[in-house]
Amino acid sequence: MSTLFLIQFLNGLQLGVLLFLLAAGLTLVFGIMDFVNLAHGSLYMIGAFFCATLTFWTGSFLLAVPLALVATAIVGLVVETGVIRHLYQRDHLDHVLATFGFILIADTSVQLIWGPEGIAIPLPEALQGQVQILPGVIFPAYRLVIIAAGLLVAFGLYWLIGRTRLGMLIRAGASNRTMVSALGIDIKTLFTAVFALGAVLAGLAGMLIAPITEATIGMGNDIIITAFVVIIVGGIGSMKGAFIAAMLIGLIDTLGRSFLDDMLKVFIPVNAAETAGPAISSMLIYIIMAAVLALHPQGLFPPKVR
Amino acid sequence: MADTLLAVRNLKKSFGGVNATDDVSIEVERGELHAVIGPNGAGKTTLIAQLSGDLAPDSGKVLLDGKDITSVPTHRRSHFGMARSFQITSVFMNMSVIANVSLAVQSHDGTSFRFWQPACTEERLRRPAMDILDKVGLADRAGTIASAMSHGERRQLELAMALATKPRFLLLDEPMAGMGVEESAAMVGILKGLKGDKTILLVEHDMDAVFALADRISVLVYGRVIATGKPAEIRRNKAVRDAYLGED
Amino acid sequence: MSEAAPSAAAIKEFTRPPSLLGKSVTGRYITVAFMVLLLVLPLVAWFTGNTFYLDFSTRIICLSFAAVSLNLILGFGGMISFGHAAFIGIGAYMVGIPAYHGYESGWLHFPLAMGVSALFALVTGAVCLRTKGVYFIMITMAFAQMAYYLFLSLEEYGGDDGLTIYNRSVLNIIDIENKVVLFLLAYAALATGIYAVYRIVNSRFGMVVRGCQSNEARMKALGYNTYAYRLTAYVIAGAMCGLAGALLGNFQSFISPDMMGWTRSGELMFMVILGGTGTLFGPVLGAVAFLVIEEILSAFTTYWALPFGILLILSVLFIKGGLSGLIHRGLKHG
Repeated sequence: MSTLFLIQFLNGLQLGVLLFLLAAGLTLVFGIMDFVNLAHGSLYMIGAFFCATLTFWTGSFLLAVPLALVATAIVGLVVETGVIRHLYQRDHLDHVLATFGFILIADTSVQLIWGPEGIAIPLPEALQGQVQILPGVIFPAYRLVIIAAGLLVAFGLYWLIGRTRLGMLIRAGASNRTMVSALGIDIKTLFTAVFALGAVLAGLAGMLIAPITEATIGMGNDIIITAFVVIIVGGIGSMKGAFIAAMLIGLIDTLGRSFLDDMLKVFIPVNAAETAGPAISSMLIYIIMAAVLALHPQGLFPPKVR
Repeated sequence: MADTLLAVRNLKKSFGGVNATDDVSIEVERGELHAVIGPNGAGKTTLIAQLSGDLAPDSGKVLLDGKDITSVPTHRRSHFGMARSFQITSVFMNMSVIANVSLAVQSHDGTSFRFWQPACTEERLRRPAMDILDKVGLADRAGTIASAMSHGERRQLELAMALATKPRFLLLDEPMAGMGVEESAAMVGILKGLKGDKTILLVEHDMDAVFALADRISVLVYGRVIATGKPAEIRRNKAVRDAYLGED
Repeated sequence: MSEAAPSAAAIKEFTRPPSLLGKSVTGRYITVAFMVLLLVLPLVAWFTGNTFYLDFSTRIICLSFAAVSLNLILGFGGMISFGHAAFIGIGAYMVGIPAYHGYESGWLHFPLAMGVSALFALVTGAVCLRTKGVYFIMITMAFAQMAYYLFLSLEEYGGDDGLTIYNRSVLNIIDIENKVVLFLLAYAALATGIYAVYRIVNSRFGMVVRGCQSNEARMKALGYNTYAYRLTAYVIAGAMCGLAGALLGNFQSFISPDMMGWTRSGELMFMVILGGTGTLFGPVLGAVAFLVIEEILSAFTTYWALPFGILLILSVLFIKGGLSGLIHRGLKHG
């Protein structure tokens, strides 16, 4: 039981870091541009497909990832300059509708280019095996890589936002738009850069998970809602909130799905528990979200008033 | 003390260690027009937010007619007889003038959980609304959409809406803000007409208006009330002149 | 009108209520003609042996009804709900689940669909409406997804594979196994729904909800418990959409969690915006336009979603006030 728990705990962390990568991009784009991007999940999918193709071209997943990140960034740049930047001044409803249009375009384009089937991405030998993390507990090496990569990016973002000039601009842009302009910084370029950064983070999440799940059409459409739950729970616009909530949601969802029916069996008859378990665990994160909002309508870490 | 309608007792509110409202006590007598003045950043907005219920104080009390309303939500305060105007004009821009006022009348005329009969043909909403429009001088604008009115007219409309809820106590947040000389004079005229009939707490930047209207004035500086008294006393008060009036 | 003393007519029109058939005379003719065509064309098609158009129209009408209910909260209440398809799904399952257990009475199905949808709206709305803006959009979306996963996890009722409804709801006065009767029932429901929305938005309650859309802080200061009114509107819209879902479930004879996926909610929202928010017939216009364009494009290419997505973005960028707004402006200039 405790072994299984440890493994599921790590799986939960792995989901958590993926959610964080998505939520971080959403947070940046919403926090700084006040823009609601439903199509963020499409960038996740596009990242995965780029990575798949580049893995076959270069013959190496490890080489493909950085190239695919660049390609995803370019997509982000094109989308931002082509359409998104014309929408910043519009209301959230227009954001939602336009990016919904993007989802349709992205899903269909991917189908046109890569066909309707999912694409499996082969991992290098070194990442394929299992490692023994504790005596008697083995865990896939690649999943540990995902966790490590995600934590590394989280640390990088922390450094970027807290310590660098770009980060300072980002924080200033979030709190005082006119000040940034007054400093003589081209706010358009800043916004484009931030959007591209968000795209890269989403793309990275997509390419990290693709070797496990395959790159599939619409793969971003489910996880993006969970990412929304994350930023709602964390407090929209707060990077710290996004990180903590991502870990929380990742763990709760994973552990709930694994252990809830066993836990229910303690309280209710076995067959009832076997029906109710999956039903409740599928709703668990939404119930958590509702509970958090009932106590904190602005989420756990609401950003300071802008 | 005489007959107090609104009593603010030791109200405190701080944001991140800064005391926006620092132990504020104000008594507004029934029928009085009490003005609160203070330089920018004195905490007037924070004070109003606590009086209207938008913000909960850290400690202290707000009493309306002896009743503790400190933790009563905004919408319930209206039913205790409090009405307010907003610093930034707050009317229903997409509705006509009469609809704006009718909606205010409606909030104090039985339940609004009526789903079928059209509200616009209800005489018991329309009649009182027209009467109030008469009072503030907007009767001839009844059919105009609020967004098509001038700033000063919208200010008058906002006052009409506050009056339509038949308040005992009016909380006016800078009603002259952004008004021209003539519009301000008209507003002063309207407020003079209300004096004595309604108890009013007026927060205002326009000193001429304040000294022309107020029975008493409280001066707020850095979240504290540094003086309260009749206009003449306030004019003479050394601390007030140093802190505030001396500026301009 | 603005400078003169108020005429009786000006005061009477004080709320600028959305009149049932539109303000201008031409607008009225267009609305009436449109609704008549929506009734007559499918019947003509059926009589000439073309059942496809009758089926297609039934689907249009069910989704129009759902769009009309969304418009009540989105267009008149300013509540940008991105989870409205959940009610379609719930309504449909409230036909499918009792039918699966052998209870086939429509007198059970339809009230159940409305009741359970209303309950879901009450519980989720109570949480959603504590929040504002983007939070509201995302939370409605999340709760709809919750409903989606809930039905997905119910393996007894087919889970992912969905559930077939072998017999349509039994109503002892009419037989909706007959396609024409089902079409007429759906049409009657739609017409009633539009009329109900018309009465509601002009009532005291509707004025309060519209006031909340315009300026919620002001409504609170006036003494309205805005939360209670908005929640009530949310529940009414949910119940209406539940009925639309029950009709759609009956029509399709097959239901699956897919009916309440979040992209469905997005489509519903787009229908409302496309037609024109806050108008009575706009959502119907939007639903017709949406589904007809979808049908035409999908006849040409399996990749119909691509041009569709482009159209969607272009319409957001360039059409203000939806199709109703376009027609309205057209009438003004023409």
